[in-house]
Amino acid sequence: MRSVRQTALDVQNGDASALSVLEESLARIRARNDELNVFLYVDEEGARAAAIALDERVARGENVGALAGVPVALKDNLCQTSIPTTCSSKILEGWRPPYSATVVDRLLLAGAVPVGKTNLDEFAMGSSTENSAFGPTKNPLDTTRVPGGSSGGSAAAVAADMTPLALGSDTGGSIRQPAALCGLIGVKPTYGLVSRYGLIAFASSLDQIGPLTKTVADAAMALEVIAGHDPLDSTSLPEPSPSLVAHVEDGVAGKRVGVVRDLIDGADEEVVAAVGRAVDALKEAGATIVELSVPEFRLGLSAYYLIAPAEASSNLARFDGVRYGLRVNADDVTAMMEATRTAGFGEEVKRRIMLGTYALSAGYYDAYYGQALKVRTLTIDAFRRAYEEVDLLLGATTPSVAFEFGSKTADPMAMYLSDVFTIPSNLSGEPAISIPFGTGEAGLPIGVQLLGPGRSEALLFAGARVLEIADGRP
Amino acid sequence: MPSLRREDVAHVAKLARLTMSEAELDKFTEQLGQVLEHASDINALDLEGVIPTAHPFGLINVVRDDERRASLDHDVVIAMAPDAEDGRFAVPRILGEAP
Amino acid sequence: MTLPDGWEMVVGLEVHTELKTITKMFCGCANAFGAAPNTNVCPVCLGLPGSLPVLNVRAVELAMAIGTALNSTISPSTFHRKNYFYPDMPKDFQISQYDLPVNAGGHLDLPDGSRVSIERAHLEEDTGKSTHLGGSGRIHGADRSLVDYNRSGVPLVEIVSGPDIRSSAQARTYAAELRGILIATGASDGRMEEGSMRIDANVSVRRSGEPLGTRCEIKNLNSLRSLVRAIDFEAARQISLLEGGGSIRQETRHWDENLGSTSTMRVKEEADDYRYFREPDLVDLIPDQAWQDRVREGLQPMPAERRAALTKRLGERASALRDALEVVIDLGLDPYVIAALDAEIDADLAFARAANEIAGDLVHADNLSVDSYVATLRMEQSGDLSATQAKTVLVEILENGGEPGSIAKSKGFERLASGAVGEVVATLIEQNPDEWSRYRDGDEKLAQFFIGQVMKRTKGQANGKEVIAELQARR
Repeated sequence: MRSVRQTALDVQNGDASALSVLEESLARIRARNDELNVFLYVDEEGARAAAIALDERVARGENVGALAGVPVALKDNLCQTSIPTTCSSKILEGWRPPYSATVVDRLLLAGAVPVGKTNLDEFAMGSSTENSAFGPTKNPLDTTRVPGGSSGGSAAAVAADMTPLALGSDTGGSIRQPAALCGLIGVKPTYGLVSRYGLIAFASSLDQIGPLTKTVADAAMALEVIAGHDPLDSTSLPEPSPSLVAHVEDGVAGKRVGVVRDLIDGADEEVVAAVGRAVDALKEAGATIVELSVPEFRLGLSAYYLIAPAEASSNLARFDGVRYGLRVNADDVTAMMEATRTAGFGEEVKRRIMLGTYALSAGYYDAYYGQALKVRTLTIDAFRRAYEEVDLLLGATTPSVAFEFGSKTADPMAMYLSDVFTIPSNLSGEPAISIPFGTGEAGLPIGVQLLGPGRSEALLFAGARVLEIADGRP
Repeated sequence: MPSLRREDVAHVAKLARLTMSEAELDKFTEQLGQVLEHASDINALDLEGVIPTAHPFGLINVVRDDERRASLDHDVVIAMAPDAEDGRFAVPRILGEAP
Repeated sequence: MTLPDGWEMVVGLEVHTELKTITKMFCGCANAFGAAPNTNVCPVCLGLPGSLPVLNVRAVELAMAIGTALNSTISPSTFHRKNYFYPDMPKDFQISQYDLPVNAGGHLDLPDGSRVSIERAHLEEDTGKSTHLGGSGRIHGADRSLVDYNRSGVPLVEIVSGPDIRSSAQARTYAAELRGILIATGASDGRMEEGSMRIDANVSVRRSGEPLGTRCEIKNLNSLRSLVRAIDFEAARQISLLEGGGSIRQETRHWDENLGSTSTMRVKEEADDYRYFREPDLVDLIPDQAWQDRVREGLQPMPAERRAALTKRLGERASALRDALEVVIDLGLDPYVIAALDAEIDADLAFARAANEIAGDLVHADNLSVDSYVATLRMEQSGDLSATQAKTVLVEILENGGEPGSIAKSKGFERLASGAVGEVVATLIEQNPDEWSRYRDGDEKLAQFFIGQVMKRTKGQANGKEVIAELQARR
């Protein structure tokens, strides 16, 4: 499959038509979607019309944008006008939003071709895509295993060469972890770098949208297109999109990299070994390595599993059967709301709604939610202290390679623990990137993670590129 | 912290407009209890004086001008409704007044 | 109404006002009354999944203006979510302000000299509106309800007073003064009957010297008259209950204007658990001193200041004109009156036509310019128009616009020929000997009878003062 960069070049130059690129993509989707359950909806008609229109503009000599003709998969919690958007939930089955997310508009403006909506854990709550109401997605590299979650469908789309680019969302690791389990680049940007307008909210203070791709350069191109201030999102950073592509080959000579115990301990041996090799690669490229311990990171899991469900319990209250989506009728409106939500939400969603409601409820707020917000401050301060000593941090992305279906579903805590290395960045709002680095058990990919201070995406991409080359993907 | 009781979970389910069977109540009480138990590591911390973080990068005063933007087309809006009458969203009878 | 001996009432008022902004609090939909249902809506105010709020700067400035006028401290503030399920709430939470409101503290000095403390005045968004079908139109007995979200997301300021009010009259004065302030700041049009200003009254009673009693909240009073009646009823109800050995249950009550009584709406068995937490989709609001100063400098004079200025100007006549003065100040009609006084229109006339004719069609006040007002009154004062004719002209301009001179002409309003009034009076005296002799004997009321008859005969063209002069001359 052509990379994002190659596709854009070829289509803009007229060397390949957007339509032919799209048809290849659609063919690969047709070949494996039934087996893998990647896409919940494929918009063949809309995508073809868009590709044809692009080709006409190219023929007229127009510049059609940085992502000319690039087929894109969109996680199904991103609104796209008139396209079914379900969050993999029965409560939104069949709902077609009357508006598009800002990121979708920006992709279209850049000439990208959205081909369809990908499967996720219901309302982005999960780490395996097993919580989808429409069946799990299989990892294309080993179909007995999960692709990760919650952006499992997006990861599988790219890993299976269906599209060179997918957008996911990351609240506690939901882009980075599936990227690691599927051998992809996955980026969680600085909080506020990418507009959340049109992203169906899970945890508002933690959610960010980001790209999943096969190469670092592709991820940088995609992020440049979707990033930048949006007046429709009050939490969006004031500045326009930063220059990222230009810095991918900057290298890391003279940079200080902190290897964080607390982002490695507890991982499987092979993962730990991969991080070790990544350290060597960075050293070889001229970085100075510092060993760090940031114990505050270990508190992140508890804080996250109070903050995220609390915000989610409020964000998901709007699904009440009144204005859109599923309605289960009853005699009075309260009974209707209860019947609708009980029938429409899956078990994990209910679990988190109740956890969140409890954490906010009278008498418990201070001990749970209030306390978690303070831990958040501790985490931010800990990161700040670390970045006084180093420019980047390095750790594992996930404790293990892709696990088998059903292996963590019996005990919710077991699943939650797989987020332990990714959560700290969501709490601090700082960016992080997962890069494939070697393989482990049964040849399955391992992901290592680079973290940076707010707005340091350019440096993260430079570091990721160094590792990409060292891992044999120049 | 006191451990999570079944009545708490039942109360919370009601607040969240979710109906639980007896079996579900039992299961959720156990599972939520475990998560809260795990969270006891942060309960134990003395964080007196630590200020909860608002926006991680200190954004303040984000406002927009008092200017019109296009509204949605009425037909599109009402087409989403599970039940509608006279251009309004219809719901079964409301039993209580709003708080 | 006076309470039984030894009892006093304690009242606090919560006033919600819709702000006169062009667009809603968090989105660019029109903030307009009376549009077809669900036409002023968008993803944000419908709470569609994925939508996000962005704060309207004009709403913030109006809130700051209100706070300044109420002597509050404009403070750094945050927004909170108040979580509860209700069909008129698109997100099933309301974005409001909780422990850090934009305006903290303050006070309002009333014309009667008393002071009512203000606890806070904060920003929040309004809900949609439900209509209930199948019953009497109220919730109870309805079989289904219909919801219109045009009002959802309209900006509100909620002003909470301290429990300082001690009578229904004082409550009325407070509400009227507050309305005047809201109109003067440009924040509100104060139209209670349209629902743009709504009052909740917290009422409790106690025997003098005792601690505060249990209070009940009476919600959504939408006229000053209802406010007074509801408070009096509720205080009496509570006293009666306590004197009979019962106790007050803390609850929310509904005032029925037709029945003239309050009834239970909702019992507050336990404090409602709104699970307040900071709204993560909005950032903190910290108005700097420069912004606060700009708001203060932009403020128009408040009712108290304007009342004092007009009272001073009227001198001895102020006391007789007190009621009309109140109406004029309340409704912000001073520009008309002041211009008339400047043009040497008699004060009685200047006030009367404003407090009656303009006040009677306030919705259309914009159609009547100050100049037209003065011109009309000049014509009345000089006798070119009778009182009735002048009123007609004003009403016409208010309803349909236009200019006094041309309207008077088109309606054929002309001065009656001199002597014509005298002739009509003479005829009436002949035709109504009984009434005439009673009038001569001192029954002043019959002057009205004769004036009315003269008006009938002259189709309203006679000048009232002239009629009275004729009657007195012939006495």
